[in-house]
Amino acid sequence: MKHGTLARTVKLGISSLLLHKLRSLLTTLGVLFGTSSVIAMLAIGEGASEEAQEQIRQLGSRNVILRSIKPREDFATGGGQSVRVLSYGLTEEDLARIEETFPGVARVVPVREIYEEVRFSDRMLNPRVMATLPVYRDVTGRVVAEGRFITDQDEYGVANVCVLSYEAARYLFPVTSPIGEEIKIGADYYTVVGTTLDRVRQQSDLAAAGKSSAEVFIPLETGRKWYGNMQVKLRAGSREMEEVELHEIVVEVEDPANVELVANACREMLKRNHKQSDYEIVVPLELLMRAEETKRIFNIVLGSIASISLLVGGIGIMNVMLATVTERTREIGIRRALGAKRRHIVSQFLVECVVLSVGGGLLGVVLGLATPLVVEHYAEMRTIITPTAPILAFLISSGVGVLFGIYPAWRAATMDPVEALRHE
Amino acid sequence: MSDPSRVPVAELIGVTREYRMGQNLVRALDEFSFTFGRGEYWAVMGSSGSGKSTLLNVLGCIDRPTSGDYKVDGISTARLGDDELSEVRSRKLGFVFQSYNLIPQLNVLENIMVPLFYQDEPPADGEERARKLAERVGLAKRLDHKPTELSGGQQQRVAIARALVNQPALILADEATGNLDSATALEILALFDELHAEGRTIVLVTHEPDVGERAQHVLRLKDGRIESVKRGQNSAAGAQA
Ligand SMILES: Nc1ncnc2c1ncn2[C@@H]1O[C@H](COP(=O)(O)OP(=O)(O)O)[C@@H](O)[C@H]1O
Ligand SMILES: [Mg+2]
Repeated sequence: MKHGTLARTVKLGISSLLLHKLRSLLTTLGVLFGTSSVIAMLAIGEGASEEAQEQIRQLGSRNVILRSIKPREDFATGGGQSVRVLSYGLTEEDLARIEETFPGVARVVPVREIYEEVRFSDRMLNPRVMATLPVYRDVTGRVVAEGRFITDQDEYGVANVCVLSYEAARYLFPVTSPIGEEIKIGADYYTVVGTTLDRVRQQSDLAAAGKSSAEVFIPLETGRKWYGNMQVKLRAGSREMEEVELHEIVVEVEDPANVELVANACREMLKRNHKQSDYEIVVPLELLMRAEETKRIFNIVLGSIASISLLVGGIGIMNVMLATVTERTREIGIRRALGAKRRHIVSQFLVECVVLSVGGGLLGVVLGLATPLVVEHYAEMRTIITPTAPILAFLISSGVGVLFGIYPAWRAATMDPVEALRHE
Repeated sequence: MSDPSRVPVAELIGVTREYRMGQNLVRALDEFSFTFGRGEYWAVMGSSGSGKSTLLNVLGCIDRPTSGDYKVDGISTARLGDDELSEVRSRKLGFVFQSYNLIPQLNVLENIMVPLFYQDEPPADGEERARKLAERVGLAKRLDHKPTELSGGQQQRVAIARALVNQPALILADEATGNLDSATALEILALFDELHAEGRTIVLVTHEPDVGERAQHVLRLKDGRIESVKRGQNSAAGAQA
């Protein structure tokens, strides 16, 4: 078809559709909502999966993380009614085994947790207080925001210094800089020497900061010195003594390809040396792979929903177009008598279908781009609009118009002109 | 019919058109042979069911004979495909219908131009031609009106302009005055007289005797055959031209 002809056909199609504005608008709704929901859902899904993957990546894709977990109550070695000593978890011996005997391991970092409150003037926080080595920062990929992280000197000198995570710093020091200030961990004073950037996206709810991902780091030796292996944990009225040597061991693997190998070695070693299952092994790489699998399934589900909604939209268009063709039988007869070829009639009705579905598609793209913004603003979820999503949605919606327009257009074009002219 | 001065525009050669009605075969046209010459103005008459409309549809290339051949302006249509037949309609034929049959969503100017739109190579001066024709039928001031904003007589004028825009070899009209009051009908018939005087070839189907009177020649049908042929004087301006 020539240039001018197509332009005229489109113009004619639009003017025919404008004869029934409400009907045309309603007809586009199916495609409109189909397209917009695809774009919006893709953006939300992409955002959620990106967030999950980032959290996992922050754990370090070359790392294997071993954690102490409290064994189930019935295994506990209970003494009296109100005071019990619970002894469990990873040991210095586990650490030494990995460090000294495992091949392919780059660095191993022990972490001890201190169950103490942190205070500054009248502000109080229950962060995760971790006694650890200077390499912890590097192995877990934490970034210093201000000041410095724990150093070897702090470690050798058993210094009473600490580093606050962004969230802890923000809660304890809402306006001033924390560097150089003295904070209290339990009953002891520590000098703040630095802050780290937050690992995950910051939560906006400040009130929740009390038990959120706020972190405080102190030198491992300092922790050993002031807080022994035996610590008191207050739980629901009863006091509980816990004896844990190490709360976490982060094992950094030299070659990312060997992560699984090292993880299995750890699993085997711990199984042999621990009578109870008082540990867990977290392999971020495995989590990452699982997250990717989840995302793949999500995309398949989304794709099916999208196809169904576009199918429904397409059927809606076809339905209306079939009615239109019947309604305009006489017009078709006139045009045929005046010299219209079958392809002219086909293109006339096909163009109307495409205008309907592309119109719906365009409106759907607009709505689909706006929805994630609203969701992001009100639901505080991250959304990511990939440029392919709107383009794809638009192309598919046009395709739907063509696909579902073919039958009505064919019906119109193959009418007998004499019969069509006789139609009332 | 063997008059050597006649140039054939529409030639029916043994045309039969049959319709199957259940068990029966109805012959709407029965071995029909006839020639319409250039510049002639024919009225086709006959009782209802005599085959007038079928004849006009065959002449207009919107219906195909069951057997026999039909030549328009020298082109044999028997073997043409649908596209070629459509091209013949858009180049050689002009239609005027009883119920005007304008396209409702188009304005006067656009309606007049419709046949050009479907030509394989539309003329460059199409719009100018359409404006001139609108002026000619007295609708120059209504170019952007929609058909619903016009009276019946005005709509039929637009239809006549539309039938002329492709400079057809043959103008076909089926009961073109049937829906009009007598005064308006006379105006339309005067327009046909003018066209005839200019040398156009017109075939007009009618059942009204006084409409038939005004034509140059009258062809009467009965049961799909020619009942009578009444020739008037061969004095039309275009007949010699
Ligand atoms: N589509 C059709 N199906 C069956 N029979 C038809 C059809 N069209 C016309 N006929 C028959 O052909 C004959 C001629 O019809 P027509 O050409 O319409 O006559 P007229 O226009 O002179 O009234 C009639 O007997 C009519 O019943
Ligand atoms: Mg009839």
